[in-house]
Amino acid sequence: MSDPASIDSLIKSLGAQAAPVRRLLSPGRRAAGWAVVVAAIAAYLLWRYGLGGMMERWERAPDVACSALAAFATCIAAGWAAFALAVPGSSRAWMLVPLPSLLVWLGSSGWGCMRYWLTPDSAPLSVPSADCLVFIVALSVPLSILLIVLLRRAFPLHPVRAAAMIGLASASASAGLLGIFHPIDASASDLAMHVVAVLLVIGVNAAMGGRLLQPR
Amino acid sequence: MASLTTAGTIGLYIDFAPRASSRTRVSADTPTTQEQASQRRSAWMAAAQDGDRRAYERVLADSVGLIRAVARRQGVAVDALDDVVQETLLTVHRVRHTYDPARPYDAWLAAIATRRAIDYLRSHGRHDAREIHDPLAVELHPDADDAAGETERAQEAARLRRAVAELPPGQREAIEQLGLQEHSLAEAAERTGRNTGALKVNLHRALKTLRQRLHGGS
Repeated sequence: MSDPASIDSLIKSLGAQAAPVRRLLSPGRRAAGWAVVVAAIAAYLLWRYGLGGMMERWERAPDVACSALAAFATCIAAGWAAFALAVPGSSRAWMLVPLPSLLVWLGSSGWGCMRYWLTPDSAPLSVPSADCLVFIVALSVPLSILLIVLLRRAFPLHPVRAAAMIGLASASASAGLLGIFHPIDASASDLAMHVVAVLLVIGVNAAMGGRLLQPR
Repeated sequence: MASLTTAGTIGLYIDFAPRASSRTRVSADTPTTQEQASQRRSAWMAAAQDGDRRAYERVLADSVGLIRAVARRQGVAVDALDDVVQETLLTVHRVRHTYDPARPYDAWLAAIATRRAIDYLRSHGRHDAREIHDPLAVELHPDADDAAGETERAQEAARLRRAVAELPPGQREAIEQLGLQEHSLAEAAERTGRNTGALKVNLHRALKTLRQRLHGGS
């Protein structure tokens, strides 16, 4: 049992430790840093595989371009939401921020899938779908670790929410980056594989990242 | 060292505090006063982040009422509020770098206090659940009224009495006064006429001797 005197002495003791602290950067600025990291990886992949293949695919199927851009937008929005959710007192509405771009991403992917069904004569861009899953999961791991490390300096009071946003940010970044060099197929199996990969990354992050980000 | 920001915020709280207390015609609960108090706490916390001790102590002291209110709302019992206050203050200290002076301090604090109140209720819920089983455990404990156990305890007490009686007079006196009769050092010194240093030495030697005689240890 405590008493007011012990609270006063605790305040005095904490006051004696009032050293200057380095403030956490705002969620927007940290999200900008995250965007720079993703842009750097994209720049490397473009340098490695060239722009031509991707532009050709985008011209042949604009929905693929829309899907890729929406994936990048989701990656930035989800990263921003994760940074914001890691600050005490932030609104849970931040979880809705990546929703519009996520819907566009899923919608354009689904539209591509429908186009393929409606016009089966269109040239298939098929490659083994398992590659997508492996790439998205493999690249999501270091990206998720990076985001978790960045978030650990904050204080997420609802770590599972923040970790789920980390999962979405890293999975969407990986899916967007995949499109730079990988001829994405608009078939249902490929779309399903993408969804499985993204859900897997979000689920693992929510389960493990939630524990790693647990308030001390 | 006070930075420009710190100096500015010190100015703010020196300016704000008397005004808030001298407004006798305005109720303490009016939105304006509440808003002023919230702004004042934000300014203090910003200064505290820059290392201003006075501002830090003020904002912590000013936060106690808010933390209590949040804890009460979460269902924490009145006699446990101070525990939640202490836990919250310690957390505030550890994560004070996460406060953004552009955002309301009260919302930031309330979120931390809510979390600590929930943590308290969870941990004490578990503790209370364990406590429920304790009387049963005592009742079922095989040694509670065990005649053999009682005899053993009586024998141990007799051995201890004999060992104390065999101690040299100075050591016996120290253990009786400080150990058995639980007098303070000052009281024991007054009763025996010995100084406290000698009593402490004798007590230490007596405990060592008893340990050797009863357990055979060093």
